[in-house]
Amino acid sequence: MLVAHLSPLAASLFSLIAIASLLLAFVMLGSRWLRHYLYAFALESWLIAALSAAVGYYGQYPELYLIAILTAVFRGCLLPYLLLRIVRRLNVARELHVVVQASSSLVIGAFAVVFALVVATHIGDTLGLGGTVVVLALTVMLSMKLIGFLMLTVRHEAISQILGLLVLENGIFLGSQILVPGMPLLLEIVILFDLLIIVACFGLLVQYLISHVGTTSSLKLRRLVG
Amino acid sequence: MVGALLLTIVLAPSAAIVLILLARRPRLAEGLNLAASVIAFLAALALPALSLTGAHVYWASYIILDPFGAWVILCSAIVYLLASIYAIGYMRLLEEEDSLPRFYALFAGFGLTTLVGPMMNSAGLYWIAIELTTLVSAFLVAFERAPESIEAAWKYIIVVSGGISLALLGTVLFYWAGSFVLGPHYDMTWAVLRGAAPQMNPAVLLLAFLLVLVGYGTKVGLAPMHTWLPDAHSEGPAPVSALLSGALLNTAMVGIVRYLAIIEAAHPGPLPRLVLVVLGAFSLFVAAMFIVRQRGIKRLMAYSSVEHMGIMALGFGFGGVLGVAGALYHMLNHTLNKSLMFFGAGSMMRSYQTKDIGAIRDVGRRFPVVGALWLAGAVAITGAPPFGLFASEFTILRAGLRGPQVWAAIVMALLLIVIFIAFLNHFREMYFTPTPAEAEPAPARPVGAWCAVPMWLALVPLLVFGLWWPEAIWQYFGAIAHGLTPSSGVIGTGL
Repeated sequence: MLVAHLSPLAASLFSLIAIASLLLAFVMLGSRWLRHYLYAFALESWLIAALSAAVGYYGQYPELYLIAILTAVFRGCLLPYLLLRIVRRLNVARELHVVVQASSSLVIGAFAVVFALVVATHIGDTLGLGGTVVVLALTVMLSMKLIGFLMLTVRHEAISQILGLLVLENGIFLGSQILVPGMPLLLEIVILFDLLIIVACFGLLVQYLISHVGTTSSLKLRRLVG
Repeated sequence: MVGALLLTIVLAPSAAIVLILLARRPRLAEGLNLAASVIAFLAALALPALSLTGAHVYWASYIILDPFGAWVILCSAIVYLLASIYAIGYMRLLEEEDSLPRFYALFAGFGLTTLVGPMMNSAGLYWIAIELTTLVSAFLVAFERAPESIEAAWKYIIVVSGGISLALLGTVLFYWAGSFVLGPHYDMTWAVLRGAAPQMNPAVLLLAFLLVLVGYGTKVGLAPMHTWLPDAHSEGPAPVSALLSGALLNTAMVGIVRYLAIIEAAHPGPLPRLVLVVLGAFSLFVAAMFIVRQRGIKRLMAYSSVEHMGIMALGFGFGGVLGVAGALYHMLNHTLNKSLMFFGAGSMMRSYQTKDIGAIRDVGRRFPVVGALWLAGAVAITGAPPFGLFASEFTILRAGLRGPQVWAAIVMALLLIVIFIAFLNHFREMYFTPTPAEAEPAPARPVGAWCAVPMWLALVPLLVFGLWWPEAIWQYFGAIAHGLTPSSGVIGTGL
């Protein structure tokens, strides 16, 4: 178990990166400009790449350097580039009709973090790992999950929904770097490629939405009910 | 031998995809896809018998063939074959010759992913296989490019991706829980997880299981995560609906059952099974409510899929030999029957040029043969004897009455009666309500042989399995059930 014998410096570095990523999730939640989401997402991905490298260095997992490079290339560069292309095609700069105001969604997000913290603390205590970086990793993982779902529910531009899903995945990836650094390399690489395919598919579907439905807002997708 | 068969099942559709994309000829594409489905079916037919000798593991333990997986692969192969035959007749009606190669390439790809899912031995790879089924099938749902189908595809991919990301979180937590027992590096196969489960932390294990259950439950279409299902099933072309309902949902059910076996090995108390039973009962409830008031013919079939997935979840949730056997038997029956229902619905939709139940009238008089087949299917799917679903639903009910969750069995019986009345009432309207004289609709188009033959192929085995069920297959189910349940938790062995 890596986290059981971490040097204080490594533990604080991991914590710093995890908390910074969580803050970026809040940036996404609080902003209405699509480009801000995108920059925040790209930055978050770079932080995760840095975390992979740091875990690889302190925990002696050389294969994590490869994961770090792939994360930076795929999540940090390629995905934001693909998303930027979708945003350009959309001609929508920001969310037009908000279901929940940005400030209210920040408050809900804060409650989500508190809930995640309670769950994580409970699990950390049952494992005898209370107060370690494990609790923080679990908190960030669960709260990014909840924030991602919050984004999916209160935002309805196609691109915000894609980004909401990517925040869900980022949370899992971030947590898994700290909790299970020894996860088989094959899996991590395949999941990265998988993400790329998902975003490509989303891009194609967004194109269909524009050309055949004439809207990219899920508020207007209400033909199918009952 | 088993390895060669598995390779055939994977390679036949893959080769078909490559050849279809290279040749780009509509007729050739039909033939190649059909040939691939026939080969896959023949190979899958031999798997259950061969799998009984124990789990076969290949390719650095990433691929497994066990009796349970073999059964699900067989179900997927059956519906892939039937849907491929039906697609030839149905897709020609759309008169979009140019896009047919693209359709068949995607169709073979979808068939391939549903066949591959149950073979995965690693929890992570299984997750990826399920994700791939979503991506391929989303494009099949959007195939007709109507605003409705694109809306359905968008909802499908967003809802299911969100759900499946919960399953990924659950998978990671399972790996984490295992890493306390097995060290940081290990292969996350089903057997390894199961072996380590008794030593894992119960709190983490339970959290991980619930996440996985909700995640894959979204894909299975268990209520309240079923919201994508009626849209996707009703807006795709009929052969795609059949494959979604008959193959995809089962493939996702595999994950739930395998994880349930893992957590059961740790003797976690009644909670995991209870959650599965509650989800199953709630799915039945939601399906019953929407079936009563349904106006769309394919949405009716889609809600019926929610119902049957709920029944299957109840079967696996009740557990024991009876519950598991009933659920597996139900899987095959539902596969055959729901294909038949979607084929009939698709043909009627094309003939009457509408999806509205209110506009489809006099089916029995206009389509004596196909109409009769479809009506027989409707009687079968509501669980009436002498068809297979009666036997399987009855078996699951018996399992429920023997176990601790008797209330769920009673709820199931009541809701099945509601669904029986409501579902057949829609068919009564379509068959026996006279058409108003002033609104005599345009003459309906006849249904071709390509569309009628798969309906026969689905109905005949359904009837045979309802009347006669070989002893060897019960023993086979017994073997699967014993493989899935920890030895002390078995309730009732006599059949």
